[in-house]
Amino acid sequence: MSEREKSLLKETLVQVQDLKVHFPIRKGILSRGGGSVYAVDGVSFTLNEGETLGIVGESGCGKTTTGLAVLDLIKPTAGKVFFEGKDIARMSHSGLRELRKEMQIIFQDPYSSLNPTMTLNQILNEPMRIHKAYQGKQRAERIAYLLEKVGLTSEQGRRFPHELSGGQRQRVGIARALALNPKLIIGDEPVSALDVSIQAQIINLLIELQQEFKLSYMIISHDLTVVEYICDRIAVMYLGRIVEMARYGDLYRNPKHPYSEALISAIPVADPRLNRKKPMLLGDVPSPIRPPAGCHFHPRCPKRFAGCDEHSPELKDIGGGHWVACHLV
Amino acid sequence: MKKVFAAPNGPSPLLHLNNVRTYFYTVEGTAKAVDDVSFTLNKSETVGLLGESGCGKSVTALSIMRLVKDPPGKIVSGKILFNGTDLLQVSSSRMKSIRGKRIAMIFQEPMTSLNPVYTIGDQISEMLVAHENMSKRESWERAVDMIAKVQIPVPEKRAHEYPHQLSGGMRQRAMIAMALACKPEILIADEPTTALDVTVQAQIIDLMLELREEFGTAIILISHDLGVIAETVERIVVMYAGKVVEEGSTLNVFDAPKHPYTRGLFKSRPKIGERSRYGRRRLLEIQGAVPNLFQLPGGCSFNPRCVEAIDACRETSPELIPMGENRMVRCHLANT
Repeated sequence: MSEREKSLLKETLVQVQDLKVHFPIRKGILSRGGGSVYAVDGVSFTLNEGETLGIVGESGCGKTTTGLAVLDLIKPTAGKVFFEGKDIARMSHSGLRELRKEMQIIFQDPYSSLNPTMTLNQILNEPMRIHKAYQGKQRAERIAYLLEKVGLTSEQGRRFPHELSGGQRQRVGIARALALNPKLIIGDEPVSALDVSIQAQIINLLIELQQEFKLSYMIISHDLTVVEYICDRIAVMYLGRIVEMARYGDLYRNPKHPYSEALISAIPVADPRLNRKKPMLLGDVPSPIRPPAGCHFHPRCPKRFAGCDEHSPELKDIGGGHWVACHLV
Repeated sequence: MKKVFAAPNGPSPLLHLNNVRTYFYTVEGTAKAVDDVSFTLNKSETVGLLGESGCGKSVTALSIMRLVKDPPGKIVSGKILFNGTDLLQVSSSRMKSIRGKRIAMIFQEPMTSLNPVYTIGDQISEMLVAHENMSKRESWERAVDMIAKVQIPVPEKRAHEYPHQLSGGMRQRAMIAMALACKPEILIADEPTTALDVTVQAQIIDLMLELREEFGTAIILISHDLGVIAETVERIVVMYAGKVVEEGSTLNVFDAPKHPYTRGLFKSRPKIGERSRYGRRRLLEIQGAVPNLFQLPGGCSFNPRCVEAIDACRETSPELIPMGENRMVRCHLANT
């Protein structure tokens, strides 16, 4: 490895190379012959230190599975995930355990992701207990500090999740993710389950915490408005593949892939003076069980031509860190 | 697509809610889910009920349909005038002939509102047999027509399919076909696109607006999504903690929201493309959380979260006061 490559790797926190996650479908007693769900089908991207990468797409596009594979919560069928240059599939058990401290997740539903029988103090104690971090008095101080950082009081630490509102519960989820001083936090639809008036509180909190703790975020969401606001770079996924990846401004001002363009134009705009745009896409997202041949998007693509149904386009850099997988570009 | 803004308050309203109160009596206490709600829907008009969870928008819709589960729920007082007839006074058999035929409703999750053991063709024709005295055969043909109208491909074949064989978008189309089969005067759509993907949502909104042009159906759209509301309806009723806090034409409310809650709601949500154009501005936060209906604060229900609250807000609940043409606001500070 050359010196230049080493210096590049230093800034890269996560590198994903041609990741594939296929789930076999179990049919009958022999659990065979059911085919596979091609949830993630050849995804590559990098996440740099301190950066926020958004992964957007509609249901079944593989965005959550990608996040879980990065966290090593799902074993990939093929491909590699590097964290700080180390291949996580080749790490020892103890190495992986150390790694777990560095990467955390915030879930969509703050109701089902907190243990209802534990107080907030106990919930925040869990990660430190498991990883034997912050012993004794330090731990109690750490819990109080975490509560304060996410806008809760130490008095609330004695309460149970059911005594809190949805927004407060999501704050607990964030505090728990912060407990072990991670480098990476993956937010899987972190504000989607919250009321509109509460979303802003959580979005502002996530941005403040990122600046204070130099966190890297991967934000998985179907809400393109929220993703544009939070993320530096955004990858658009469709049926297990990244179809476009760019800086937020480039993606929203100048989407190159017909799917990104349709997705952005389909977002309802909170301005009644704008006339409604005619929907650009017909039909639903096809099943990831038998994804269409060639470019997965071709059956719905208004711009398809001969060849789109045969060859799958590569994700190519068209300059300025703008990547597109389309035969037309 | 150009939106047509019909003149509000035509000669005689199609539907008029007058001081409707729907309470739920539980062991925890009484929840005033709908607390003195009044608004009007004119013929062929689209009105949006905008609000967050627990604001009473869905219970308002269920009250109109007289589908509030009793007990624990009860429509305590008020009038719901449909073409001048108070729906709260008609017999339940008469209500049955109105519900589904003249006022229809679609829900957020089509999978739970369709019957899983009947084909969609059967479910649509059942409506027509019940309400229109059609023969089995005639009703089936109409059902297939309706399935074609909601742009489900190969309707003759799809009519024989069960809900689980359809995608989420197709199921919502089937629900709309069923709701519009009897050409109702009013369609109540309760978060009809919330469970759908954004590209499918765009198709369903488009379909609803097209069918409204064709059938002249008035629509009450219930949503928490400012974008969906802005794109779809002519008039907005904003609800908070069981009460209407603001009402006006969509243009007026978006241009100059008068209630601090409405203003906060608009400013707390990022707008698409805004950061790309102007950079990132800190989002305005509405402090606190949506209140628990069992422990509503005294005075104005919004006062603990309101940055502009004065003493009067903590003491007395403001009335809904008219503010210019077809504008209503429930706020002590509206006139200052």
